[in-house]
Amino acid sequence: MAEVATRAIGAPVRRIEGRAKVTGAARYAVEHDPGEVAYGWIVQAQVARGKITDIDDAEARSQPGVLHVLWHGNAPRLEEVSDAELAVFQEPRVAYRGQIVAAVVADNPEAAREAARLVRVKVHEEPHDVGLRADHPHLYKPDKVNPSFPSDTDKGDVDAALARAEVTIDHTYSTPAYHNNAMEPHATLARWDGDRLTVYDSNQGAAAHRAPLAKAFGLEPEQVRVLAEHVGGGFGSKGTPRPQMIVAAMLARISGRAVKLPVTRQQMFAFTGYRTPTIQRMRLGATGDGRITAIEHRVFEQTSQIREFAEQAATPTRVMYATDNLRTSHRLVRLDVPTPSWMRAPGECPGMYALESAIDELALAVGIDPIELRIRNDADAEPDSGKPFSSRNLVACLREGADRFGWADRDPRQRQRDGRWFIGSGVAASTYPAYQRDAEATARVQPDGSFRVGIAAADIGTGARTALTQIAADTLGVPVERVRVDIGDSALPRAGVAGGSMGTSSWGAAVAKACEALLAEMERGGSEAHADTKAEIEAKKDLARHAFGAQFAEVRVDGETGEIRVSRLLGVFAAGRIVNPVTARSQFIGGMTMGMGMALFEESVMDRRYGDYLNHDLAQYHVPANADVADIEVAWIEEDDPELNRIGTKGIGEIGIVGTAAAIANAVHHATGLRFRALPIHLDGLVGAGT
Amino acid sequence: MKPFAYERADETARAVSTVAGSHGHATFLGGGTNLVDLMKLGVATPERLVDVTRLPHAEITETKYGGLLIGAAVRNSDLAVHPLVRERYPVLSEAILAGASGQIRNMATIGGNLLQRTRCPYFQDVSKACNKRAPGSGCPARHGEHRELAIIGHSEHCVATHPSDMAVALAALGAEVHVHGGQGLWSIPLTDLHRLPGEMPQRDTILAPEDLITHVELPPLPLARNSRYRKVRDRASFAFALVSLAAAVEVDGGNVADCRIAFGGIAHKPWRARKAEETLRGRPATPDAFGAAADAELADARPLRDNGFKLLLARNLFVRVLTDLVDG
Repeated sequence: MAEVATRAIGAPVRRIEGRAKVTGAARYAVEHDPGEVAYGWIVQAQVARGKITDIDDAEARSQPGVLHVLWHGNAPRLEEVSDAELAVFQEPRVAYRGQIVAAVVADNPEAAREAARLVRVKVHEEPHDVGLRADHPHLYKPDKVNPSFPSDTDKGDVDAALARAEVTIDHTYSTPAYHNNAMEPHATLARWDGDRLTVYDSNQGAAAHRAPLAKAFGLEPEQVRVLAEHVGGGFGSKGTPRPQMIVAAMLARISGRAVKLPVTRQQMFAFTGYRTPTIQRMRLGATGDGRITAIEHRVFEQTSQIREFAEQAATPTRVMYATDNLRTSHRLVRLDVPTPSWMRAPGECPGMYALESAIDELALAVGIDPIELRIRNDADAEPDSGKPFSSRNLVACLREGADRFGWADRDPRQRQRDGRWFIGSGVAASTYPAYQRDAEATARVQPDGSFRVGIAAADIGTGARTALTQIAADTLGVPVERVRVDIGDSALPRAGVAGGSMGTSSWGAAVAKACEALLAEMERGGSEAHADTKAEIEAKKDLARHAFGAQFAEVRVDGETGEIRVSRLLGVFAAGRIVNPVTARSQFIGGMTMGMGMALFEESVMDRRYGDYLNHDLAQYHVPANADVADIEVAWIEEDDPELNRIGTKGIGEIGIVGTAAAIANAVHHATGLRFRALPIHLDGLVGAGT
Repeated sequence: MKPFAYERADETARAVSTVAGSHGHATFLGGGTNLVDLMKLGVATPERLVDVTRLPHAEITETKYGGLLIGAAVRNSDLAVHPLVRERYPVLSEAILAGASGQIRNMATIGGNLLQRTRCPYFQDVSKACNKRAPGSGCPARHGEHRELAIIGHSEHCVATHPSDMAVALAALGAEVHVHGGQGLWSIPLTDLHRLPGEMPQRDTILAPEDLITHVELPPLPLARNSRYRKVRDRASFAFALVSLAAAVEVDGGNVADCRIAFGGIAHKPWRARKAEETLRGRPATPDAFGAAADAELADARPLRDNGFKLLLARNLFVRVLTDLVDG
């Protein structure tokens, strides 16, 4: 019987592992059962800077069930790895409060935790500096910003253009530290079989975690296997190995048992990464009719003493608006703090808050509607590089959004009221690069005629497994039920991390290529094929590839109490082809909700006398609750961009969080007439705004 | 966490004597929604838990005077939806439902809710100083992060707030707390249960460790049928109050005949606003009068560096809730 191949790409295919997840059948890292197991617990530094002089573990070791206490005085030596956060127990220096200084392994988690409490760490404490400021004497220019952009760019003559400009905007915006709070905390289960190491880990890329792990323990990559079949979120914080993975492997080696080491929520606020606080000075110059003549975006941010991470916050400004005079810079200061890292849309997310707030201020200064102002300054080519865009539909997103949101009916006057509530609306643009990395995949036909595809991709809750299955099914011309895609295992063909919004583009292209190769192979009587996309990626044209979007917010502010409610959010995105409208919608909504958190709720609070983040749990670090999310609408503009990749995707994991905070802050300004240039916007400054 | 013994009490007197005889090493366990968290964090380190949720204090009964006698082991959820509570004391139902989450309210008991500890971040972190947790170690909150903490009644030793919403409503309603203690059975007004921090911030209440709350009694209070709880917080649910207000008011001929008012989120205890009540009785039920009453109550407030916003917030909330109650 002939089969009719229905088109899976673009269809609302249900999440393949959805049933397994909601029934509990899906196993997360430390839920796997490795047989005889022991439990680890981490001991953290309680000073921000100093040198450990001694560790007294006698009482901890005497506890019933305790197997070992590990610290720099007795830990195995590791090979050097590039990320110094992974060099656990290698030296007595304390680089930040909360750093891992010892670990306990015991028969049960309660004993491990209690013993950890009893480890006495003696430290020679030194004065610490944990305060970021724009005039910090130790600010320096990093060689590059994440992942490999130039720190500074300078085109035209910004100073002269600003001096000549009819209208100028000069404001400083700041964002606090934010912490990735995935539902599943970081967690590792490690087991040694002779000189072979297997870890079940909660991460965003099994293959990317294997190499540093093997290197640290002086093993060949083939001796290490990393499995991450199901992952409860990461937002970037699981994109690179975290120290608990090394600790788990050490504890497993020394105890001779499989070891489970889950990180607690509180510990996540110390050593699993966060978004750096930023201070951003924005200067804009424009003509009286709103043509931008100059943009300067200067970013100040922090990194740790042991590793440089430079968030690329000014890079979206190199992409967004046409101007002949454009200068961007990043300055870092090394503080006695944990190392910042990736958090959903590193760079674009905080950078676009500053740029899109400044654009709103410019629109008001020149008296032009903020959507019209953006349209008037749309770029034909990438402003900084001059490269042509593969496609750019910012204007279409703004117009579509304006229609859907009812922007034409918006009264530009501020402080409009509905009883005691002020009501206002705001808009901001979104952008995110359309990356693609090379990957490999295998495909084979099974004796029963079904297909099996393998790639070391990761599904961190995004729907990646489902999207890849759709791509494979369409390429093979069979229904999705006939295809199984195996991911989350470093033994599978090499693939990059679930990061940079490039999972579907990178992995999908490899999967499609492998499936094409399999069809050809089957013609020749074969049953298996392998593909590598390296060559086709190297052959890509030198174009600027970015997704764009427009976000709209309506807020209500209680003029008496200052309470802010986001009554509506709308996002319209142009992100290439959408493979699965159901999971895509979830991605966009999730990003926008996280953007709402950034605008109004989230803030990692540090008491500088101590130097660690104080509000280190979900009762104190406020992510949006359901009651905060009233109405979020998502739409997208279909793009047919042949210059992207085989799939035609630009990536959707991160753009949803880009611009939300600016749209909300702009709406708060429209509602109240008050401009807040520091996030989050709490009610403190709005109490009594109506009187 | 520190190893501990667990026992389930089936007789009140024995539960009390177990704790009394433990030299401070045993403590009562209700729903565990706060105590177990604190044990995991190392903030609470009891050696023995005496589970009192199976004691015969889990009923809600009407008193012969038309009030309510609420067993201390009643779950928060059950009290919030009780028909007589909703009808006669809506402020209490609203206050309970404004707190925590559905899952937590299903576990938390009435007695436990009253005895929950402050959510001051320093108190909950054993790596930092805190006079409430470690007397004499200092109060880093006073000059540190205190945006959510007290503006009135604090001391140099402690600026913590009491986190309960329910207790604020009970304070306004004039509830009585029944105790089975080492010294027998006794009762006190709820407003006298919690202390101000003063020199001894380690003591949240006047209770000795072996004093077990068995019941909370609500007096008959017809004016409470017109009552309301409003909570202002940093997000719309699952957050502690920045400021909250429980109020009941009765108006006669345009004047306030009687009222009951309490603030939450501003002090070490639920803050019964007696000065405001006295100011209002017999006065016109107008926003101006409400504002003057709030000012009278808050005249003694001493906001800290970063929580001055709470003062105007408390005042505005007071005027808003009273105005809404009067307007129906």
